[in-house]
Amino acid sequence: MSRFGSLPRRLVHMVILLFGITLVTFFLLRLIPGDPALAILGSSYTHTRAVAIDSTLGLNRPIWSQYALFMGRLFHGNLGFSFFYDESATTVIGQHIQPTIFLIVYSAVLAALISLPIGFIAGLRSGGVIDQSSRVFFTLSFAMPAFWLGIILILIFSVHVPVFPISGFGRGLGGHLYYLFLPAITIALGFSTVLVRSLRAATIGTLQSEFIDTAQMKGIRWSRVLRKHVFRNAVLAVVAVYGVNLAYLISGTVLVENVFSLPGLGSLLVNSVSDRDYPVVQGVTLLFALLIVTINLLTDIAQAALDPRVGQEIGT
Amino acid sequence: MSAMLTASPSELLMKVATKAASRRGGFARRRLVLIIGLALLGIAIIAILTGPLWLTQSPTAIDVLHPLAPPLTPGHPLGTDQYGRDILARIIYGGRIDLAIAFGATSVTLVFGTVYGLVAGYFGGKTDSALMRIVDLFFAFPFLVLIIAIIAMLGPSIFNMFVAIWITSWVAYARIMRAQTVVAKKQQYVLAARALGYGRLRVMLRHILPNVASVVIIFSMVDAIGNIILASSLGYLGLGAQPPTPEWGTMIADGQNYILTSWWLATMPGLAIVFVGVAFSLIGDGLADILRPGDR
Repeated sequence: MSRFGSLPRRLVHMVILLFGITLVTFFLLRLIPGDPALAILGSSYTHTRAVAIDSTLGLNRPIWSQYALFMGRLFHGNLGFSFFYDESATTVIGQHIQPTIFLIVYSAVLAALISLPIGFIAGLRSGGVIDQSSRVFFTLSFAMPAFWLGIILILIFSVHVPVFPISGFGRGLGGHLYYLFLPAITIALGFSTVLVRSLRAATIGTLQSEFIDTAQMKGIRWSRVLRKHVFRNAVLAVVAVYGVNLAYLISGTVLVENVFSLPGLGSLLVNSVSDRDYPVVQGVTLLFALLIVTINLLTDIAQAALDPRVGQEIGT
Repeated sequence: MSAMLTASPSELLMKVATKAASRRGGFARRRLVLIIGLALLGIAIIAILTGPLWLTQSPTAIDVLHPLAPPLTPGHPLGTDQYGRDILARIIYGGRIDLAIAFGATSVTLVFGTVYGLVAGYFGGKTDSALMRIVDLFFAFPFLVLIIAIIAMLGPSIFNMFVAIWITSWVAYARIMRAQTVVAKKQQYVLAARALGYGRLRVMLRHILPNVASVVIIFSMVDAIGNIILASSLGYLGLGAQPPTPEWGTMIADGQNYILTSWWLATMPGLAIVFVGVAFSLIGDGLADILRPGDR
């Protein structure tokens, strides 16, 4: 079977998954107790508007027809109307995407920079100082809520030693990088817990493999063995973990955006809950799910591209 | 590899932790980890349950003379908040909600997810595919986002927080349990039990379950930490416990407003979360060593 042989099957699965995601998102609105039109309109309720909502959502039609309507709209990028912002939900969401994407990428990069060296060294010298101290540190950080860690970092680096700003998104690339450093490092530290431990385990596992003995016996210099054989294989083993957790980063983003008052999707989501802005909640949820499915697919492709053995195993 | 691709981070963490733990230390030392964890959790539970007996302050009593008193103030060991309410008292009372989530949410999802995974893994075939596609669907959403979305529709409250966790977080157990069951199904002892003519239910509950339960039990410790963090996160975002009910997350949110002058408001409740989290994590590590000594 070729390297990417199982990808078509993954794609079929993805389509089924996407279908399921739209179903879940569609049914979210059904969880609202009472009359959805009343809930969506809130204080801006008028009879004419309620009738308009009933007909746009198709509330007077059978449920399958409502879903068809929802899907038809979705294909046109129409997520409904936000009465709170008095704009289409798609526009509102579009205005909040940039900080979130920036934050996710930034923290993913920082996490890689933190955990690659630490995890690799912890694995090479397992039981050593770096291994022991990183274990203690990351055990603690696993029990820390991201939002609290963010506040503690603000206390240290914005209040006590004022190096970084307390909140805001900044201007231009440099401004973003500076303003988002604390939020990104907050997420990255949580993310690193899993990465460091996986990479450490993978490194130890690789060191015990026979091909490392073979390489050594061929007389290859140890530093080269480490670089070309141990490190490469260990990192390969962690790519999957990295991909899964990139998706997991989104939960961190939702919290951390609120801690640092960043104008991203996470803040929008939480604010929309208190504003009872249901179309926006629905839209953001859908968007995040799409993001995760995309990232998972990219991880699969990246793995298949990096490691020829993977192609045959993917696709259960 | 594909199991790895779709495993949640906490599952992966557990696997790695299980492996790492069994390598270090002798049996006595490993048991010590469990004992320390249980002791820490015991201290937290006893303190929270007996709080009303020994606390001299009420969590809602307002002391106008001592607002924002720093820690170690006489009468207020951890200081007071902006209304002069005693922080220690608020942490002890607030812990009830967080511990209730740790046990109440985790136990329900543990049981449901375990049965679900057991059925999927044992029956296999179409039943399995259908059941597991539903699980995949849940994994396509970021957990926190799905939970927030459900709470958004139901309305923010402590009870709805439980509901949202019950709806969503059994899926990790289902996935772990299914994987274990698929392997166990092919083992000699299960084949023997089936050859003896035992019914499906008996084989599943009396033969497979006792042999693979340890994995989900260990995972439930990691999950309990996750649920405490989740409960406090929702409280922080204003989607869980509502003020003036003391809860660790809402206290931290409150304290963030006073971060420039009074660091203890936001710091202390977070330390309580870390304390309980470390306790569960040590228990998980200890259990992993004792229940699954073969995992090397």
